[in-house]
Amino acid sequence: MKGKVQLTLRGVEQILEGECYSEGIVEIHGLEYHEDTLPLDIPKIGTVYGTLLNFKGMYEEYEPLMNENPYKSPPKAPILYIKPKNTQISHRQAIPLPKNIDGIEMNASLGLVIGKTATKVLEKEANEYIHGYTIVNDVTIPHQNIHRPAIKEKARDGFCPIGPWITCKHSNIDPNDLLIKVYVNDKLEQEISTKYLCRSIEKLVADVTEFMTLYKGDVLLVGTPEKPPYAKLNDLVRIEIEGIGKLENRVIHEEELLRGDSL
Amino acid sequence: MKRARVGFGGLIHEATEEKGRVKLMDGRLVDETEVVWLPPIQPQTVFALGLNYADHAEELSFSAPKEPLVFLKGPNTFIGHRGHTIRPSDVTFMHYECELAVVIGKTGKNITRENAYDYVSGYTIANDYAIRDYLENYYRPNLRVKNRDKCTPIGPWFVHKTAIKDPMNLTLRTYINGKIKQEGTTADMVFDIPYLIEYLSSFMTLNENDLILTGTPKGSVDTKVGDEVVTEIEGIGKLINTVVNEQHQIN
Repeated sequence: MKGKVQLTLRGVEQILEGECYSEGIVEIHGLEYHEDTLPLDIPKIGTVYGTLLNFKGMYEEYEPLMNENPYKSPPKAPILYIKPKNTQISHRQAIPLPKNIDGIEMNASLGLVIGKTATKVLEKEANEYIHGYTIVNDVTIPHQNIHRPAIKEKARDGFCPIGPWITCKHSNIDPNDLLIKVYVNDKLEQEISTKYLCRSIEKLVADVTEFMTLYKGDVLLVGTPEKPPYAKLNDLVRIEIEGIGKLENRVIHEEELLRGDSL
Repeated sequence: MKRARVGFGGLIHEATEEKGRVKLMDGRLVDETEVVWLPPIQPQTVFALGLNYADHAEELSFSAPKEPLVFLKGPNTFIGHRGHTIRPSDVTFMHYECELAVVIGKTGKNITRENAYDYVSGYTIANDYAIRDYLENYYRPNLRVKNRDKCTPIGPWFVHKTAIKDPMNLTLRTYINGKIKQEGTTADMVFDIPYLIEYLSSFMTLNENDLILTGTPKGSVDTKVGDEVVTEIEGIGKLINTVVNEQHQIN
């Protein structure tokens, strides 16, 4: 990847700006670092909102059920959810596997980082409100029924790895056609482009801000693709998004959680 | 002890109540209509409960849930006492919901029912408006219904827990233009405060200034542009809100 990134490092209050020129190398203040040597923390962000059923394949999985109970009709507005503070962890921090659960979904998503207060934004102006992009792993306990909010399945401590940084918007990045790859233990398990979104990035921002304001720093997930890979205990999961970066986390038992860096 | 955040004279003040008036940080006493009321705390993670009063669940033709029906709210939705909430021109049913809001006072995980109140700092009032026209059956109640801008008035006061002898036995009332429309008691909650704290903290860490909006009893009726809606909870106060149209007018 190439381009400007904003980094938050553990123990450093100010946000650093870096430039990526070649694979894995970030230049900060004229010095070059390999990205794996940087102690990356959670980017400075506001509220994280997820979007359900915004990949065509995911939508099609539910489509046959949409006129049945309990859904009764296809959705009209974007279906949103919140990944609260307790869920957010950085690149390389461990994902806690709950007791009595074998596998958890690794729902890869492009996160839009909002650049300024966005209320009732027009689709054609949506791009002006996007500051940059990040990667989010919307970790979820598998569940089929989406009638009620999935708080227990989505809002658990540590269920929202986010990072590794914020990649600033650039004309070389087309958020409506970015390749997302998910690796579990270095094996490619999922590969899909954001060109398969139901609502484009611009339409999503417009339809969401029609009823709720997004503030500077808020992160809006564009959706998670169908058939997410599962991760089990000790699995190493890496999400790569073309031009944005890579987000890597290991799944460990929740009781082992606070024992430090897992990689 | 009651505490509020108000705007007065170009400054945000931590205010207290004295003789029915608002006492600013510098000791001045002013009338409650002279200040701009902000939410009394700056909420962090906000949980809200659906169908947590059996009579309200019945009113909506649902049976009371076996497990708490929890949804989350973002910061955009909160406004203070005497604020204005928008009723979009195309809707047919927008109702208030008078709710006891529990303020979390410190970090905790795996909290037991017995210790739950140790993690509560106090209480306030929330009016969790819902626009039923926008309800959809995906992650219901969906954010378009429950996380609209300015649709969750909160306040006026944060009331310290020591001032409330039994939070599970408080009368809730809602008035529209002075006429009582809703009356219930927190004693009728399906899942009480200690249960909710135990439940939520079993899989999430709770933090200071997280809020739990505990649900509303029976008696939700439609509100119109121009209506003054007062949600009142015994011992905590009266939260006033006015319904306005999209041009922020009351007609």
